[in-house]
Amino acid sequence: MKPFTYERAATPADAAAAVARTPGAKFIAGGTNLLDLMKLEIEAPQHLVDVSRLKLDRIEATPDGGLRIGALVTNTDLAANSVVRNDYGVLSRAIVAGASGQLRNKATTAGNLLQRTRCPYFYDTNQPCNKRKPGSGCAAIGGVSRQLGVIGTSDACIATYPGDMAVAMRVLDAKVETVDAGGQARSIPIADFHRLPGSTPHIDTVLAPGELITAVTLPKPLGGTHIYQKVRDRASFAFALVSVAAVVQRDGSGRVAIGGIAPKPWRVEAAEAAMPQGAKAVASGVVAGARPTHDNAFKVLLVGRALGAVLAEAKEA
Amino acid sequence: MEKSDAFAISRRGALVGTAASAALSGAGPGAAQTAGSQPAPSRMPVSFKVNGTPVQLELDTRTTLLDALREHLHLTGSKKGCDHGQCGACTVIVDGKRINSCLSLAVMHDGDEVTTIEGLGQPGNLHPMQAAFIKHDGYQCGYCTPGQICSAVAVLGEIKAGIPSHVTASLTEAPQITNAEMRERMSGNICRCGAYSNILEAMSEVAGGSRT
Repeated sequence: MKPFTYERAATPADAAAAVARTPGAKFIAGGTNLLDLMKLEIEAPQHLVDVSRLKLDRIEATPDGGLRIGALVTNTDLAANSVVRNDYGVLSRAIVAGASGQLRNKATTAGNLLQRTRCPYFYDTNQPCNKRKPGSGCAAIGGVSRQLGVIGTSDACIATYPGDMAVAMRVLDAKVETVDAGGQARSIPIADFHRLPGSTPHIDTVLAPGELITAVTLPKPLGGTHIYQKVRDRASFAFALVSVAAVVQRDGSGRVAIGGIAPKPWRVEAAEAAMPQGAKAVASGVVAGARPTHDNAFKVLLVGRALGAVLAEAKEA
Repeated sequence: MEKSDAFAISRRGALVGTAASAALSGAGPGAAQTAGSQPAPSRMPVSFKVNGTPVQLELDTRTTLLDALREHLHLTGSKKGCDHGQCGACTVIVDGKRINSCLSLAVMHDGDEVTTIEGLGQPGNLHPMQAAFIKHDGYQCGYCTPGQICSAVAVLGEIKAGIPSHVTASLTEAPQITNAEMRERMSGNICRCGAYSNILEAMSEVAGGSRT
């Protein structure tokens, strides 16, 4: 690990200002992804601003009947929250499908959103990787790519967004609240929060330098049946090959977002109109334009089949 | 005793030497994202409680909680397996919650209460989970065992607290202590010897009652 200086921030605005004014500075909260990458010197911040004691750990109702989740609410606490379990079940289900108990106890809501979109070649510092070292090339394209992206990828990067929580937040139309170094707040729809790689895969999100997430808000509950289906090589503590976050209403209408196939949670709203017609119709819209590799072409089929399982489960519920 | 200490120092010295030569030759992986210069190593004071005893340390900011426990406080029960949060050998309980101590900076734990395997129980005064692991052969080589036991104790607490898991059937009902629940919740603790079924028996005994 490269040396770094450390400070504890007193307020969100102070934290944002500290990161904005210090070259090579980063926020740290749970640290479960950042420290992992710092040990490999893939991340090498010169200064860490500890935001973990900022009291952004409350879950509270919003005036419009939704829910405001503090940035520092841990994955465990969010999944266990009674309002989330009752009204936003897909979010609880997605969170407990991810990582391990130890990691969920430490990982925060904001940090989970900010975990790097990544692949094994990003971790292997002997290999070229446009995300780790812009312009160095992509070893995943033409490499072992079974786990990697089939849609939304580019010629520079085919890594997938690995998280589960954000896939559920995408289906729920969450908004990400932030504050910047000047104390200015803004609200970013989750659909716009993660970037597609294009020619700049080293930039994962639309956050400006020093911009700090303070909360995630959910609109009022959708009702319906909430399902998170995760298909993976191991029954627990593994990334998704394909995951489906779904909210299905009694009449068969609903919403779906897909994880494990793209550099961000993948949702095609236009395809959701076909939900009463069944999984095949929805899937063809969701994966339209997919560019799989030889290794991961199966994922395109798997999206339809996972959707089929989800819609069948919703019918029985 | 002297002999083994001397060996420990020389082995550590050799490792430091390797790291230093790697740095000098520039063989370490480059940090593409930060073009600026890295600061000199930085030290900070930190105070927390370990197994009920207050400790004060001055540490390089890079020191993980695991390294603080093992290398500075000489509590070597917690083990370094993967050092990346994947194996669970470093699991300790901080403020009542199990975490991977390898993925946490010691300086971030100011004021916290840390419980390690040494605090759960001692020879002659074993924690019920330690006794159950012995009774049911919940280990072979034993390397993962301190992490398994810290995790197992916390898992039973998490189920009792009503925290759901991936295998919990209903989100609106309290999870039960079943084999499926315990297996799923223990997936962050890897045992290469494959003592899993015996670990489960030990946990079941401590949990009490019949299992499904």
